[in-house]
Parts: sequence; C-alpha cells; structure tokens
Amino acid sequence: MASRPPLLTMNRITKSFPGVRALDGVDLEVHAGEVHCLLGQNGAGKSTLIKVLAGAHRPDDGEITWAGEPVSLSSPIAAMRLGIATIYQELDLVGGLSVAENVFLGNEPTSAGFVVRGGRARAAAGRLLERLGHPEIDPARLVGELSAAQQQIVSMARALSHEVRLIVMDEPSAALDPDEVDNLFRIVGELTADGVAVVYISHRLEEIRRIGDRVTVLKDGRSVAGGLPADTTPTRDIVSLMTGRTVEHVFPDRPPGAAAARDPVLRVEGLTRDGEFAPLDLELRLVETVGLAGLLGSGRSEILETVYGARRPDAGRVLVDGVPLRPGSVRAAVRAGIGLAPEERKAQALLMLESVGGNVSVSTLSRYSRAGWLDRRAERAAAHRAVRELSLRPDDPDAAIRTLSGGNQQKVVLARWLLRGCKLLLLDEPTRGVDIGARAELYAVIRRLADEGLAVLLVSSEVPEVLGLADRVLVLREGSVVHTAPARELDEHRVLDLVMEGNPTP
Amino acid sequence: MTQPASAARKDAPTSAATPDTGRKGTRRPALVRWDVRSLSLLGVLVALVVVGGVTQPDSFLATSNLQLVLTQASVIGVVTVGMTFVITSGGIDLSVGAIVALASVWATTVATQEFGFAGILFTAVLVGVGCGLVNGLLIAYGGMVPFIATLAMLASARGLALQITDGRTQMVTVTEVLDLGVKDAYVLGVPPLVLVFAAVTVVGWLLLNRTTFGRRTVAVGGNAEAARLAGIDVRRQRLYLYLLSGLCCGIAAFLLIVLAGSGQNTNGNLYELDAIAAAIIGGTLLSGGRGTIVGSVLGVLIFTTITNIFALNNLETAVQQIAKGAIIVAAVLVQRRTLRGGDA
Repeated sequence: MASRPPLLTMNRITKSFPGVRALDGVDLEVHAGEVHCLLGQNGAGKSTLIKVLAGAHRPDDGEITWAGEPVSLSSPIAAMRLGIATIYQELDLVGGLSVAENVFLGNEPTSAGFVVRGGRARAAAGRLLERLGHPEIDPARLVGELSAAQQQIVSMARALSHEVRLIVMDEPSAALDPDEVDNLFRIVGELTADGVAVVYISHRLEEIRRIGDRVTVLKDGRSVAGGLPADTTPTRDIVSLMTGRTVEHVFPDRPPGAAAARDPVLRVEGLTRDGEFAPLDLELRLVETVGLAGLLGSGRSEILETVYGARRPDAGRVLVDGVPLRPGSVRAAVRAGIGLAPEERKAQALLMLESVGGNVSVSTLSRYSRAGWLDRRAERAAAHRAVRELSLRPDDPDAAIRTLSGGNQQKVVLARWLLRGCKLLLLDEPTRGVDIGARAELYAVIRRLADEGLAVLLVSSEVPEVLGLADRVLVLREGSVVHTAPARELDEHRVLDLVMEGNPTP
Repeated sequence: MTQPASAARKDAPTSAATPDTGRKGTRRPALVRWDVRSLSLLGVLVALVVVGGVTQPDSFLATSNLQLVLTQASVIGVVTVGMTFVITSGGIDLSVGAIVALASVWATTVATQEFGFAGILFTAVLVGVGCGLVNGLLIAYGGMVPFIATLAMLASARGLALQITDGRTQMVTVTEVLDLGVKDAYVLGVPPLVLVFAAVTVVGWLLLNRTTFGRRTVAVGGNAEAARLAGIDVRRQRLYLYLLSGLCCGIAAFLLIVLAGSGQNTNGNLYELDAIAAAIIGGTLLSGGRGTIVGSVLGVLIFTTITNIFALNNLETAVQQIAKGAIIVAAVLVQRRTLRGGDA
C-alpha cells in the first residue's frame, strides 16, 4: 500500500461561506482499497469536505492530487469522471422516477445518442441490485414507493453504475436495521477487495472499529489527526481529539439550584409521536435551562416541534402554567408564551427578503397596530430596542437580513421572541452555522435570557454546548430518554458514550 | 488548537457590555420609496408617451384619448391590484378574467336589473367575493395548489357565464349605471371609472404597506413555513387574499358594465395573463415575498398605452402582442439583474 502513491491526497483545504469558515486547513490521505473513516462532531466540517470531494463546492485554497497527479474538482461531473462517487445522507433521488431511471440518471444507456434503452437500463440496474444483495428491489418500481433502507441501496447502485475508484458514504448506516448494516459491511468489504477506496462517515464508533482501516478526525474545520489505526486507537483518544476544545472558558458560570424555587412553566405529559419519539415527561421551571442531547434522528428536533405545536402528537399533552395547549397548534403555543428558534434558520424562521426589523416584529404585529393599521414608528422602535438588547451588529432595524452573519441572524430570531415577551424559549441547534467566535456571544445571550427569567429548552448535537448551557440534561437515543442528570454531574465523554453506544459506561 | 477558545474568550465580555445608548435618529419614512425599478418603469411610460405624441401628435395627446386610455386601464388595473396581493403571498389567481365575466353577466340579467343601480353593483361585488371565497377555501383549507384551484374556477365560471347568457349580450337598461360612463359624470375631466381605479390603488397601497394584513401577506409569500412558526395564521391569510382578489374582480366587472353598457360572457378574456404580466413587470416577485402596487399600476399603464399607440397608428394586434412579450422579457431580465446586484 505504502509503495504506491495514495489514491487521493488533500492538502490544507480551506473553504469559507459568508460569515463561517467551514474548512480551515484539512489534510486527508486515502489509499486504494482502504476504508478511511472520517470522524468529527456536527459542524466540524465533514459535510463541507465531502462536498468538496464530490465537486459540489470549490475549495478556496489547498491542493488535491489524484493518483499522484494534481487535479481540480471543479464540478460534480469532473469528480465523477475521476471515479469519485458520493452517497449523501439526505438521499438525492427523484421519487417520481423508477429505480432504473434513478440509477442511470444523467448517464442513460441510449441508442443514437438520445433514445433511452429502458430495457437495458432495467437489466443493468437489476444486476447492480443483485450484487448489492437486494435482488428483490424491482428496477421498474418508483423510488418514492421504496423504504428508506431500499432507497439507500438504490443510491449505492447509482454510485456503482459508474467506473468508481473512491466512494464516499455519509452516515450510510443511520437509516438501517442491524441486518441491513451487516449487508452494507459485506458490500464495503467487496468493494475494498476490488481496490476501491471508501471514505466512511459515521458517529458510531463500534462500526468504525469493525470495518475501518484508518481514521481522520476533524474538529472546527481542521484535521486534528490523520491516518490513526481504526482498530487500536483507544476510544478515549478519539473522543478527546473530537472534543479537544477548551469550552470551560466559553460558558458563563451559573450558580446551581437557581431554578428550584421557581414555578414550573412547562409540563409535558406522555407526549409521543409514533416512530419519532417515545412518551416523554418533562417539567421545566422559569430560569431553568434543560438540554436534550442526542444524535441526528434521535427525536430531539421532533420533540421541540411537537411541544411547539408544529407537529401534532399521537398521545400526551403539553401544559403551560398548568393550562393544556390545543395540540398541533402553533398559534396556541405562541399565545401561551412559547417561542421557537428552529434548526433551519433560513428555511423555517427568517423572511430573507425583509429587513431586520420586519423579521423581529413579525410575531408581534398586532401589538403595533390599531384596527390593522400599523404604527410603523412604534414597530421600528420596538424592534430597535429588541436587537440592541441582544447587541446585534449592526443594531439597525432597516438592515437587510441576508447581509447578516449566522450568529446575528440567530439573534434576530431571539429578538423576535424577546419582543413578544415569551416565557419559554425552544432552541434547536442555536449555533448551527455560527462561527466559533460568535458562539460565545450567543451563549452569553442565551444564559442572560435564562437568568432574567425565561425557561429554555435546548437541543444540540454539540455536547459541550448542552453541558455548558443547561442545568439539567436529557440524553436521547432513538427517540427515548436513556439518561437524565444535572449537567454538572456529566462530562462530554460520558454523554458521547451514551448517545453513541446507549449503555452507560462508568 | 487553542485559537478558537482564546478568540471566544476575547469576545465574551463584549456581549455582556451594554450596547450603545446613543439613539440613532429615526429615519424619515418616504411616502413612496421610488426604487430603481419603479423609476425605470416610469421612464418607459414617459418614453411611450413621447412616442405617442410624436407619431400621432393630434390624436394621442387629445384629452379625450388620455381619458380613454385611463378608462381602459381602470378595469384591468383594479384586477391587477388584487392579483398583486395574491402573487406577493406566493400564490396565483388564474380565474380573474372568468370571475369578471361571470360577475358582469350575473349583474346584468333582467332579474338583477330590476333592482336598479344598487342591485347591479351589489351582485357584481357579491359574485366576485363568492368566487374568491371558493378559491380561498379550496386553496387554504382544501390544500389545493393555487394554480389548479383557480384553473378549475376559470373553467367553471366561464361555463356558468355562458349558461346564464346563452351567448347573448345583455344590454344594460338602468340609466343611472349608463350615466356613469358619459362625459357629464366626469369630475374635473376625470372619468368616474378612473376615480374608482385611483381609489382602489390607494387603498391597495395602504393595505400592502401600512397594515398588519400587508405585512402578513409579504411574510407568507416570503417564507410560509417561517410565517407559520412565527404564529401567523397562514391559512386564514390565504383565504383573505383570494377573497380580496375576488372582490377586485367584482369591482372590475361593475366598471366593465359601465364602460360597455352591457354584460357578456366573453368579458375579461385573458385578463389573468395581462394582470400577471403587469404585476411581474412592475416588480412583484412571482415566487412571492415582495410586491409593489405602484409597480403594478405602472405596468398596467404601460400595457394600455402600448395598445392605444398601436391602435392610433393602425398597426396590427399581432405586432402589439409581440411588443408586449418583448417588454415582459426585458422587464424580468432587468429585475433579475437588480436582484442579483442587491445580493452582492
């Protein structure tokens, strides 16, 4: 292996987006025939790196060599021509097309250059599916009718329909049953035996131990370790590399027990949604911050959105100040004093064409109007006060929202609920897409809001964030609470063990 | 490795510090903010007037011709104001022309005309609002796509209009209605129909720019999911918007009855396309989230002026259609450029 040049080398890759430095010098070296695992917390830069590899993002700087030759992955087609295939976590299939059509999308077998040979495509797709251990998937069926696991197989068939030399798998096991995971590993084994390199991304350490050859760890957009042996590196070392951040300084201290004397504001009783999360009981007092820690798919965002009424529960109820809320009604929740800062800020919270002020006042419009007539001066002044309160920069209510950085956009969302005067703030990944430097400031804002009398329910896949902000932590795994403890009795390693492996290890 | 942490530490105290207390002077809100796009539309309109004045100096600039242009603009203009709201909310109303037809024939049946002026006005408005209600319920609460729901309304309303008239023109016999269209009714030289158009424009502008209703419309069009999660009743807002569009159609139908002195099932033909085109070239985003009444009205005036100039110069309607198409393309290209420029 070492005698030949590596199949892929990436050197000091950087990539910035407006307001965020997603990659800040990443090195990666992948050899033919190995399973190279990529590890890192959410926001560490894994997704961006994959997209650079797939030609979907062009790096700002750094060099890439392929089998010893410098290359530029300028477009998805360029990456594909080299033999790089990517299986994304969110599947990129067209639901209204058949399995075979999806497998050969953009690469259809044709006669005379444009007449699609449907029969040949179906036969070839059938052979690929058989090789992948799923001969039962009919190539003529619509992809939209298949289960998530089957769609994953189709996605993989599509990757293999090209001449492939490197295949990137982004959390391929997240949607799979144990049996299907075994099948996936068999396929990975066959691929590597043929000399194909696999870049494998997973949060599950036990998987990496089983099939990985080497590990590269990303943190805050940098590769902090490359080429570690996957089977012998101690878990403790890997976790330390992933989390090495010195978070103690970032989070303001808070005296314990401040919330104990206050009234409960939120009570959740047996709240559940089938297939998303098991019955949940929760009590939250003013001044208290409760954190939900868990991986993607653990039901954390679903819980927040159900409490907020954006999803209708299958059972259970939500009470604010002892009064049950109408289930499945956002308006009832907002009226009762709940505010949500959702996970997808741009898609779910912001009006991107509007000004800062327009975004802040959108939940409070009736307060600044008489008979529907807006008092724009009062509205603007109130929005101005709210954003100044949160030290928005610039604190100009007339600024266009799209010119703001991620952290400042999040402050605008918080200002909206601050202006509304809510009692309970639901925060879903509050620092996603926010720079490390700006995060500390956001943490201070969140802490201050709680100290000033708000109850906060926080969801984050960044364990330090949950531990640093919350008084009490609920650890979620696959929709169930596996552990509850005061934040100061937990540490990052223990929480990561709980969310990744489920069984508490001392 | 320690750099992020130290950077964070440096930032933390600033957030705790009280923000500057120096209050910025409240910016004076301009009554109408003339953006680049509205100005360029105004420029196009002025250019058209110049072209008209040069090619047909006597007939184009005559008072009676200007009155005619404005009167013709009034009917489609009122429809366009309603359409602007719907498009701003991210929707579309393909049924406006059909609703105008149905309202105009229902309001001019022999039975309706027995109730005189009030009967005709009331019926036209009621039919318009009724059709808007059906559209709104189907879209907001029936979960139908606006394109489909209003397409269905287009077909059924046209059909019903044909059934009512049996293809005949229904002449208006109520003199109070007909009197509104004659010169004696002009106020300081302005036809009453134009006054109605002006009033609808002003009310529409205020509604869109100065009320919670307008703000919610923009919010729903800009990001419906965000609006819902911000606690806005998105469905009720959508219902109101199609009601509003129906109301505008009802008013337009009444104007058309006054203008034509009759009701016909072929009235309002292709109004939906003219209204959408006027709104789009005016600067309202077809994808929603941004709307301008001033732009829409300028769009209507441009189209009507083109039609008038072509007619005065005895040019074929075919050429006129081509010119309209070219203007739509040019306006949207300019719009894309200004949008991209704003993003930078």
